[in-house]
Amino acid sequence: MMLWTKKDLLGLEYLTKDEIELILDTAESFKEVSTREIKKVPALRGKTAVNLFYEPSTRTRVSFEVAAKRLSADVINIATETSSVRKGETLIDTGKNIQALKADIIIMRHNCSGASNMLAHALDISVVNAGDGWHEHPTQALLDIFTLREKFGTIKGLNVAIVGDIAHSRVARSNIWGLTKLGVNVILCAPQMLLPVGIELTGAKTSSNIDEVLEKADAVNVLRMQFERDEGAAFPEQLDYFKKFGITEERLAKAKKDIVVMHPGPINRGIEISSAVADGANSVILEQVTNGIAVRMAVLYLVSQAKDAKK
Amino acid sequence: MSILIKGGRVIDPENKIDAILDILLEGKKISKVAKNIQAQAKTIIDATNKIVAAGIIDMHVHLREPGREDKETVASATAAAAKGGVTTVLAMPNTQPAIDCVENVELLQGIIDKSALINVCICGTITKGRLGKELSEIAALKKIGAIAISDDGCSVDNDDLMFEAFKKANLAGILTICHSEDKKLSGKGVINLGFNSTRLGLRGISNESEYKRILRDIELAARCGAAVHIAHVSCKESVEIIAQAKKKGIKVTSETAPHYFALTDEALLGYDTNIKMNPPLRSKDDLAAIKQGLKDGTIDAIASDHAPHTENEKDIEFERAEFGVVGLETELSVSITELLDKKILNWPSLIEKLSLNPAKILGLDRGRLEEGRPADIIIISEQDNWIVDKQHLISKSKNSAFLGASLKGIIDCTISNGKVVYKR
Repeated sequence: MMLWTKKDLLGLEYLTKDEIELILDTAESFKEVSTREIKKVPALRGKTAVNLFYEPSTRTRVSFEVAAKRLSADVINIATETSSVRKGETLIDTGKNIQALKADIIIMRHNCSGASNMLAHALDISVVNAGDGWHEHPTQALLDIFTLREKFGTIKGLNVAIVGDIAHSRVARSNIWGLTKLGVNVILCAPQMLLPVGIELTGAKTSSNIDEVLEKADAVNVLRMQFERDEGAAFPEQLDYFKKFGITEERLAKAKKDIVVMHPGPINRGIEISSAVADGANSVILEQVTNGIAVRMAVLYLVSQAKDAKK
Repeated sequence: MSILIKGGRVIDPENKIDAILDILLEGKKISKVAKNIQAQAKTIIDATNKIVAAGIIDMHVHLREPGREDKETVASATAAAAKGGVTTVLAMPNTQPAIDCVENVELLQGIIDKSALINVCICGTITKGRLGKELSEIAALKKIGAIAISDDGCSVDNDDLMFEAFKKANLAGILTICHSEDKKLSGKGVINLGFNSTRLGLRGISNESEYKRILRDIELAARCGAAVHIAHVSCKESVEIIAQAKKKGIKVTSETAPHYFALTDEALLGYDTNIKMNPPLRSKDDLAAIKQGLKDGTIDAIASDHAPHTENEKDIEFERAEFGVVGLETELSVSITELLDKKILNWPSLIEKLSLNPAKILGLDRGRLEEGRPADIIIISEQDNWIVDKQHLISKSKNSAFLGASLKGIIDCTISNGKVVYKR
């Protein structure tokens, strides 16, 4: 079995197929922990994980916290609105202070693309990217892929559609890298203005016709409009978008019967997805949330192992 | 004070000299260029196996003084220049205060007189405070000693105002240098728009934001017959537009910077803020077009766009870091490594881009090795290699795009106005 060697998880672009599969396999064995009476294993006992979140987040932060606690790590949450960051401390200084507290892992969410890369480069301790700007959100993509693997067994050759605001989405980028490396056919479906330049060079295909895309798709990952990420940029009008790209029951009726519907959350009901679909039989949205814990347990476990191996 | 430089390969594109010759310098001037000069000189420099040429004239340098002495000073920049073989710089006016009036030219001139190690020429602003609202006193700037005007860092958005500027500059006989960028198009972009900006999740700056503004600037200049110089050309469409304008006989000249012919936006995949600059590093196609433009003469000059920034301004999130790279100490070596070694230019044509053409564009009596010209000379070991590292850069700021790079060509000696200002 291969060994994990990276102290950080920054993005799926930087991982090999084998490394991605190692995380997924490890997550599989951790998934069972959450079903036990006592939902805890001692894998990270005595380790300290710090949640450093520069952007508001509930789902991801709590998921990481739960994952770390189920591995018996101590978890500290730093909300940047109430910390020295407000006093103008730089990211690298904040990171070095956390390192000086002898924390083992920083889990960071940041609104600037590349912030995790920079922090990981500056520190000896592990950095896990919990989303940086428009760049990557690797654990979200890993839990999406994990969920697909659970549903389909093998995912090589599947047709997975990612629909919505690709341009501003770190979830899309991480999914594209991860899925294409695992041999999945990825098709991105969005209005032209939300498809970023050169995205097809990743190996993903693009389309602006949702009905055609849904016809062939084994799974569809529905993204939110990230209005808050690009003030002043062109976005489609909401109702018009729902009409042209919204995932509705009528559209789904023409798709494969067992099509899997995913969404990274938070959902904007009636903008990118109808309530009926979000809550319907094809939706795995809440299973994604559950799987997020196993995947994050695997990531925290692996990066901390790599660090131990280095010593 | 006399210096005799013996036995070097002397290159002077203006006089079509490329031969083993001696050069005698007396006082501040060149007194003789000939074979086997037999003369008594206070200092004799053996230049055997070395290149001897006129010093580099870098027409795009940010000295940061007055105002941002934490980044760079006239003293530190001109010392870095001397180490890089640069004997004349044109100081860009985006200082604090901006060089937008007679008093501020005098202020800068005072600092230069006190602390410059090499020749420093002054560029004034096109508009007051570089705000693009009201023209500077262009004729007065020229009269007090500015040799060009530019709002570098900004472009004058208002077409009518820019046209007025060209007319006044033409009347005053002063060169207008354009930072051609339409900020409505480049917006909040931080790197080149393309696959790599998509990959990195960073906002892109399109080629269009540059070349459309170049098209406008050339058109306005041509309409009143003014000379226009396009700064830091980075992309292929810009090269095409300038080539066409030159064919039509428009008085346009242009420069590019070493990073645009040495690096592409692939270099940014690790979010290194030391290679963040504006205009940004472009694609492989653009880089090829820049090299071709240098080769065919569309691009007249190489200038560093030396833009020092402190570590505090660079060791932060990519999109928040300042634009700009230092370049005085690396421009010659990068040019040798990327242009000479790759046979894009030969020695005479390289010296033309680095020294003779900038002299002609700016109307300076330098850049030629003739009797009576200012004694600005560099001696180069062309085969020696060095690795760029922070410790060895003497500029106050270390934000080089070439940290860690192995470059070819080292300056052995720099002579400015007859005085040795740098010795290896």
